[in-house]
Amino acid sequence: MRRQTVTGVVVSAALFVIAATVPVLGSRYYTFVATDIVIFAMLATSLNLLVGLSGLVSFGHAAYFGVGAYVCGILMKAGGVPFLAAWLLGGVGGALLAGVFGYFCVRLTRVYFSMLTLAFAQIVWAVCFKWNDVTGGEQGYPDVPMPDLAFLDWLPWIGSLRSGDKFYFVVLMLATVSMLAMRRIANSSFGRILTCIRDNLERTQFIGIDVRRHQLVVFTIAGGFAGLAGGLFGIFNRGVFPDFCYWPKSAEVLIMTILGGMYSFWGPSIGAAVLIILNQYIVSRTEYWPLVLGAIMLALLFAFPRGIAGAVGAAWRSRDRFNA
Amino acid sequence: MLELLDSGFVLGQLRSGVTTAIFLFLIASGLSLIFGVLRIINFAHGSLYMIGAYIAWDTTARLPGYGVSFWASVLVAACVVAVLGAVVERCLLRFVYRREEHYQLLFTYALVLIFSDAAKILWGTEAHSVSRPHGLAGSVELGGVRFPTYELVILAIGSMVVIVLWLSLNRTGYGRIIRAAALDREMLGALGTDVSSLYTTMFMAASFLAGLSGALITPIRSVVPGMDVEIIVDAFIVVVIGGLGSLWGTLLGSLVYGMVLAFGIVIFPRFSIFAAFALMALVLIIRPWGLLGRPIR
Repeated sequence: MRRQTVTGVVVSAALFVIAATVPVLGSRYYTFVATDIVIFAMLATSLNLLVGLSGLVSFGHAAYFGVGAYVCGILMKAGGVPFLAAWLLGGVGGALLAGVFGYFCVRLTRVYFSMLTLAFAQIVWAVCFKWNDVTGGEQGYPDVPMPDLAFLDWLPWIGSLRSGDKFYFVVLMLATVSMLAMRRIANSSFGRILTCIRDNLERTQFIGIDVRRHQLVVFTIAGGFAGLAGGLFGIFNRGVFPDFCYWPKSAEVLIMTILGGMYSFWGPSIGAAVLIILNQYIVSRTEYWPLVLGAIMLALLFAFPRGIAGAVGAAWRSRDRFNA
Repeated sequence: MLELLDSGFVLGQLRSGVTTAIFLFLIASGLSLIFGVLRIINFAHGSLYMIGAYIAWDTTARLPGYGVSFWASVLVAACVVAVLGAVVERCLLRFVYRREEHYQLLFTYALVLIFSDAAKILWGTEAHSVSRPHGLAGSVELGGVRFPTYELVILAIGSMVVIVLWLSLNRTGYGRIIRAAALDREMLGALGTDVSSLYTTMFMAASFLAGLSGALITPIRSVVPGMDVEIIVDAFIVVVIGGLGSLWGTLLGSLVYGMVLAFGIVIFPRFSIFAAFALMALVLIIRPWGLLGRPIR
């Protein structure tokens, strides 16, 4: 194996072990924060398939997150569909919607692409906000049931945990599988072509690659994973609300992705963890979280133009050079 | 739907649509100007509008003699916001001109967060309202419809801004330089124009318009936190429909959007917000550069 691959595997495994030990701390609060982080790490990574990998700055990623949450929540509560099936169908819902919207979006470039993704997301939000019979409208769709986790009871330690901790393990497992799938996609030849398109669209066209089709496929995939993250978040949040699709949510995920580092696979996850922990820390001390967040964003954008992961990576490489 | 057969009702909706359009134009023209020349999508433009509204409310409440003080406070608000805009451009924005779009987007969004909380700290979270200035509280009857006098004044101010903007962009030497900057800033700089001070002036002018519209809207709508993010999305819809960087496009976009809001409520009462976004998406699909814009690069 190449050294880079080894580092990647070691980092991934270390992250997983750290994440899995959170319930050991025995605090409901830590488990709550950790669940939040894992779900948003998954969402931000799915957005990064577009922003970092393919250079498509989507400003409406929350739409697919929200639709996944509604589909999964409604199927589980009104349809009595078992959790795993409802969750997967939530992902399918997100992917289908992204496929339809993406068909139009990938025809545009740069600012116009961002604007169209925003417009579509706002349409989704408006529909969720007003369609009282299905989504519960402005009041949201409350009381999404917790999945039946009795199948975990035979496990030695996990079986004896609180339901919040058990659900955390389910989230962690499903998110890990999704993240590994996304990592596989990013490192595949398909992923390389997307980066090629990002760096030089015309040249990629010249060598005979169907640029739009590649962009549409990645848009659909990203929408699907966003939908999967949404399904988990709806259950975690015990309800789905139109805010899930509103544009500040898209902005929030974009902030996580870019501040964390869009040119690195784990960057968006780091961004999600840093922002959620900061949020928890600051909200308990002052009501002016947006002010602090804005100031931190300005500082980070000036200090680390390539995000936290980019800065750490650069420091790591310069250490190598120093030693050599 | 039957209401559409009543000419009085139609005129009334037309009136409200035009009033909405004027405010949208005042904000969106600044947004469009900044995009056209500085090539920046400025999310914080709605925040400048909100700050204009707060300053106007605050100054009106402090000044004695309401009739004159309203107009004085409108002027104060617009000027203070213009200065604030210049400071933001000088101290922050000029460092991000050469950065990628997503980076600029995030940068101006950080400003939105900071301004919205700063406004909460300075002016609190409760809603404030300003009553209509003296002599303009009544209404005039035209063709069976009552037009509030204040809205007629707004119509006059709006038309004046359109004319002044057009004249200064198309009939003055400075306007020619601005149009040149929109086309090729390096070449303009090479020819000896101070492009960086031109940018500051442009940003100041756009901020002035945002502050002005924020101040002028106070007698019609209450001043509340959150008015910044609400208006910025509307302004984006307008410039996207009309064409980013086009003055007439922005005017057309404002009118179209104003009418969609006014009549959408009648035609599909529950989905009028939906209609606005659908229109934006439709324009982007058919003519991405907007109804009157030109494709860039």
